[in-house]
Amino acid sequence: MPRRNDIHRILIIGSGPIVIGQACEFDYSGTQACKALRADGYQVILMNSNPATIMTDPDLADATYIEPLTVEYAEEVIRKERPDALLSTVGGQTGLNLSVELAERGVLEKYGVELIGAKIDSIKKAEDRLLFKDAMRKIGLQTPLSRLLQSVDDGLEFAQKIGYPMILRPSFTMGGSGGGIAYNREDLVNIVERGLDLSPVHEVLAEESVLGWKEYELEVMRDLADNAIIVCSIENFDPMGVHTGDSITVAPAQTLTDREYQMMRDAALACLREIGVDTGGSNVQFAINPDDGRMVVVEMNPRVSRSSALASKATGFPIAKIAAKLAVGYRLDEIKNDITRATPACFEPTIDYVVVKIPRWQFEKFPGSDNTLTTQMKSVGEVMAIGRTFRQALNKGIRGLETGKSSTAEALDPQLIPQKLITPNPDRLAYVRFAFEQGYTVEDVFEMTKIDPWFLRQINDGITYEHELAGKALGDVTLLEMRRAKRDGLSDVRLGRMWKTDALTVRARRKELGVTAVFNRVDTCAAEFESFTPYLYSSYESECEAAPTDRKKVMILGSGPNRIGQGLEFDYCCCHASFALQEFGVESIMVNCNPETVSTDYDTSDRLYFEPLTLEEVLNIYDREKPDGVIVQFGGQTPLNLALPLKRAGVPIIGTDPDNIDLAEDRKLFGKVLEELQIPAPPYGTATSMEEAITVARRLGYPVLVRPSYVLGGRAMVIAYDEETVRRYMQEATLFSPDRPVLIDRFLEDAIEVDVDALCDLDDVLIGGIMEHIEEAGIHSGDSSCVLPPQTIPERELATIRTYTERLARALSVIGLMNVQYAIKDGEVFVLEVNPRASRTAPYVSKATGVRLPRIAVGLMLGKKLKELTHLTGGLYEGVLPVKQVCVKSPVFPFAKFQGVDPALGPEMRSTGEVMGVGENFGEAFGKAQLSAGVPLPTDGTIFFSINDHHKADAVALAKKFAELGFELTATRGTAAAFKAAGLKVRTVFKVNEGRPNAVDLIKEGQMKLVIYTTTGAHSFADERAIRRSAVMWRVPCITTMSGAKAAAQAMESRLRDPLRVWSLQEIHGED
Amino acid sequence: MPNTAILALEDGTVYQGRAYGARIVRTGEVVFNTSLTGYQEVFTDPSYTGQIVVLTNPQIGNYGTNAGDDEATTPYIEGLVVREWAESPSNWRSDASAEQFLSRNNVPVISEMDTRALVRKLRMGGVMQGALSTAGHTPEELIAMARNAPSMAGLDLATRVSTKDRYEWTAPVEPCCPTDIVHVAEPGTYHVVAYDFGIKRNILRCLASIGARVTVVPAGTTSAEVLALNPDGVFLSNGPGDPEPLEFQAAQVRGLVGKTPVFGICLGHQIIGLALGGKTFKLKFGHRGINHPVLNYRTNKVEITVQNHGFCVDPDSLNANEIELTHINLNDQTLEGLRHRSHPVFCVQYHPEAAPGPHDSQYLFDDFAAMMKEFKK
Repeated sequence: MPRRNDIHRILIIGSGPIVIGQACEFDYSGTQACKALRADGYQVILMNSNPATIMTDPDLADATYIEPLTVEYAEEVIRKERPDALLSTVGGQTGLNLSVELAERGVLEKYGVELIGAKIDSIKKAEDRLLFKDAMRKIGLQTPLSRLLQSVDDGLEFAQKIGYPMILRPSFTMGGSGGGIAYNREDLVNIVERGLDLSPVHEVLAEESVLGWKEYELEVMRDLADNAIIVCSIENFDPMGVHTGDSITVAPAQTLTDREYQMMRDAALACLREIGVDTGGSNVQFAINPDDGRMVVVEMNPRVSRSSALASKATGFPIAKIAAKLAVGYRLDEIKNDITRATPACFEPTIDYVVVKIPRWQFEKFPGSDNTLTTQMKSVGEVMAIGRTFRQALNKGIRGLETGKSSTAEALDPQLIPQKLITPNPDRLAYVRFAFEQGYTVEDVFEMTKIDPWFLRQINDGITYEHELAGKALGDVTLLEMRRAKRDGLSDVRLGRMWKTDALTVRARRKELGVTAVFNRVDTCAAEFESFTPYLYSSYESECEAAPTDRKKVMILGSGPNRIGQGLEFDYCCCHASFALQEFGVESIMVNCNPETVSTDYDTSDRLYFEPLTLEEVLNIYDREKPDGVIVQFGGQTPLNLALPLKRAGVPIIGTDPDNIDLAEDRKLFGKVLEELQIPAPPYGTATSMEEAITVARRLGYPVLVRPSYVLGGRAMVIAYDEETVRRYMQEATLFSPDRPVLIDRFLEDAIEVDVDALCDLDDVLIGGIMEHIEEAGIHSGDSSCVLPPQTIPERELATIRTYTERLARALSVIGLMNVQYAIKDGEVFVLEVNPRASRTAPYVSKATGVRLPRIAVGLMLGKKLKELTHLTGGLYEGVLPVKQVCVKSPVFPFAKFQGVDPALGPEMRSTGEVMGVGENFGEAFGKAQLSAGVPLPTDGTIFFSINDHHKADAVALAKKFAELGFELTATRGTAAAFKAAGLKVRTVFKVNEGRPNAVDLIKEGQMKLVIYTTTGAHSFADERAIRRSAVMWRVPCITTMSGAKAAAQAMESRLRDPLRVWSLQEIHGED
Repeated sequence: MPNTAILALEDGTVYQGRAYGARIVRTGEVVFNTSLTGYQEVFTDPSYTGQIVVLTNPQIGNYGTNAGDDEATTPYIEGLVVREWAESPSNWRSDASAEQFLSRNNVPVISEMDTRALVRKLRMGGVMQGALSTAGHTPEELIAMARNAPSMAGLDLATRVSTKDRYEWTAPVEPCCPTDIVHVAEPGTYHVVAYDFGIKRNILRCLASIGARVTVVPAGTTSAEVLALNPDGVFLSNGPGDPEPLEFQAAQVRGLVGKTPVFGICLGHQIIGLALGGKTFKLKFGHRGINHPVLNYRTNKVEITVQNHGFCVDPDSLNANEIELTHINLNDQTLEGLRHRSHPVFCVQYHPEAAPGPHDSQYLFDDFAAMMKEFKK
């Protein structure tokens, strides 16, 4: 069955912004699908609201729409582009849900678009839990006992029958959003209430608990001829009860006999056939009772998923790419295995290593949130490690996480062991280790965790060996001992700590002993066939398969696991660096450990090293490859932290000198540079003690911005309006960076913030974009919306910004990308921060201008000049790149996942992702961006105001405009008085602490369509928080800044005035 | 007891690892198997007679062993080579650790080996003879033993491992846990005579599951003796070694063709190939694993199959007018199945009984049942 010739144009819908539960893995799958389909001669139309993705690069599709993922906008794209087919299975839950909606609302039928990948009936059977259970029963498979709840009463009645704990999952939500485990009546009421609300169909599935059972996933593929294969088996280290996205997982499954595994395989294939997934990849999850082997099917996803991305990276079998080919008619046996070249894709990969995935959480960003791990996913990223044994992979994974914690448990509390083992939480792995160190047995730990004893024994054996080694001195360690330590995955840093020396000394000694890292290949077949793809991982085996070439080559250091402030944006930069190297005729070598990303696709770079981004691992690769240069400026903070040590070790870093990158981070030295350049910055000081901090703050005058020296996504940054806040900060801050001083800046209130991305060689500076922030200064730049081109900044100040940017670039000898943050207050421009590296905004600027900044930056790093690269920049080598449409970038927040957390914005970054809106005017672009960010602005109804005195005059003007647009106004007493005084019709409501019914009641009742609630100052009263919280929970847009409110008014005006319209990037940028 | 194990190859390569299992020295052809599950079934598969097995899955022993998963009464491998060996098991079905199981059955294990490097060597250089010692032999002694070990080519191992006495088998496949689904037909519907050249128990279970009462006969049984048992069909089993020396068995098959339905697996397939005038040849490093794609020409569908063979039937040596090629390996295009165009005879090179491995090909047992039913009429 060859490719289908009756379809020519295929629409692919992406997964939108990065949120918890839906991250880079869908950029990876979408990118693979686009590439595979275009390689086969199909035209691809792509729609995704996320500008940071690689898939939305105009190169990857024939028409690329960065537009809101709603039925209305999708219909407009379909109307305009007239695709023949819609591939529904590579865009995560978002893409699948939108596809279903398009089908159900008749849009696909109207325009004659065929749904390919999974049919609507199959999607429903797989996604609707009751239909799914019926289907499983029909083929003789068991599922946990369950009932569909439409009310809390239904739940209470079911609880009488099956008892607690009970698993609750709202239907059709992503990443298990709103789900949980009820251990008692109170839990049940809370979770069901919330779940009914979050579920688009207002249903919650209640299920018998299989807590503590072993959990597995199989990745399955099937073609139209009914050939079906299992790509990978995955066993969860954490048993049932923890969402797979929050579980440590291991591939292949480790503790199943063949009989059990084949039973599961048969069940997975039967499930796929019964659900009717004709083509593509799916995953099926199982639970197994460890006492008698009883197996139940937990769920299946009729699409590629986070696990399929992991399975693809774990085996070298590119599931999404193959799924796309199957969707257009190919059979599995008609597709070649890229890695072996000789054998077909119709086989089951076998691996001769162990893969461990570990999630990364960031509860510290959400004070007040519950860090218990349940069936709702809470992690923001993950790391994958490949080792020849489980222990080696686990230890590599732990250091790949870059949590700053070592795998030992020094800071742990013996009193907490039972609690930390029994209730799943982010520290559980550390506590398992700690428990063994404290003398607990495997049986003890198993009783408390239900983690399979095989895993526990592996960890315990590792600890036993570490204790054996710890008694030795470095000089006495034998070759066999050293090799075993390295084979167990122990890092040089860790061995150094054990032997009371440093990592580089250990490294030198082990090299003397002849214990050096080698590299093995991921080849899908356990070496049965020759591998033609250099996809490598390190080990301490006996032979190296790296086979480096003698070409000119450059190594790119990636950004590691996703975290808030460092995610997809940097993967975009790294991938483009790789593409650019290839275009410049240089071999590209990628190093990264994030399984979700495009950068860890073996197809992206000439060579891929799937390794933790530590000094040790990077040096190992360097020793083997001897690249001509290493790029550190594209992967965010992770490679920057390695830049200086690498330079000292003699590694050639290309682009801006690491010392200059460091200089920009050093407040004192950089302050001097600014003085010399005559560029103003807010007054600042540094402090290493509480007393010093208070003195500095007094000198500067409140409010002040307090933060640690090295910051990522504004971690641990606060605006202090009083001494008390500074005091509290200094008490807590020591936990974060004991060796580095705290920075204190005068905070410029009500300033306009500006981000600038620029390309620099030593002669010229080309500004990619001057981005005007919509929220005032004080909100982390990653959390504020911004617009290109700037809308309200006068030319005089823009000219100043251009001049300062050029001066800074020259002063820091920047080669490549630089990002500068400015604040404009009362007509004066201040520099807040300079980062001589790629920034989070690089992809957004690239999409808005049509010029791929990282590609040009690579050219500069290779020694080319801007003047030589004008064919890539639209002819410019200085000045500012033009923007043809207004492009607004808006952040996306995970607050709905963290109950009890105040969603007010501040200097600590908390958004997980971003979207872009494109329009002919600011209002249109901002409205689209807000819609894409999940904050749909209303077109009618009531707007609630509570405005502090400072902003009342502005608010009156705004309220007038809303009234003119036909909205009704409601306000708290003071605000209402001001509105009435201006002659506006307004209804007065109580504040939360005043009585009832109050503002929160009205929000919950659904009477408010928009909340505008401004706060300034240090105060964060309970009622303010209650209003913001309830707005998040009840999905009412809540705006907390006056500038945000003004922007919203423009957006709402545009929505009522302008037609609904979409533009492809190719149209905007006139792609030739 | 020494902790060190040494594996030496006939080409002089010596590997050192950690000793487990029995403390003993054994020689054999060193082969690798790429299965991710089912090590116990591999240990006990008589087709591994004369072979030291390298498992590419690096973590072996994790789930221990259990009596239900035995493919024979004892292990048949000569020795085992693994990357990491789990001494204590974790699985509710386990009744002994893999360590206890191999120790008491005199099989040595070398662990902490770079199995990948060894596999790459075998892939590039072809299979070799080796000697594995956990009993303190020197590398020189072991190299000499490896060089003196008899080559697999020309060796009749099937007769050696075959049952000495005829016996009956009626036990079908049992569910392995409360949710395992197995299909068992009415017992005693057919009488199958099965030649034992090293038969795996799961073949017997699968035959019983299609409703067959099985009479297992020694490799030296004549076709006349078989026909005298009044079978509804004859089965030719898997087994170790080179098919070429099995001229007697090929002759018996010629005596059965057309007189009763015949079904063969693995060595049984090769014997049928020889009986029908074909030739066999030795593969460079064999097919041993549970992930081999095989295309069934009759259905145009791909099965993921279980394979364990070092020899192959050469399709060009067969008379195309008489023989239909039914299955082909998609990895290397070798012959995987054939049937006689005018007589009820069919066979496959791979293992539809799985154990270990996918169940994709179990339809072949149903085909055999259908063939017997048809022939009865």
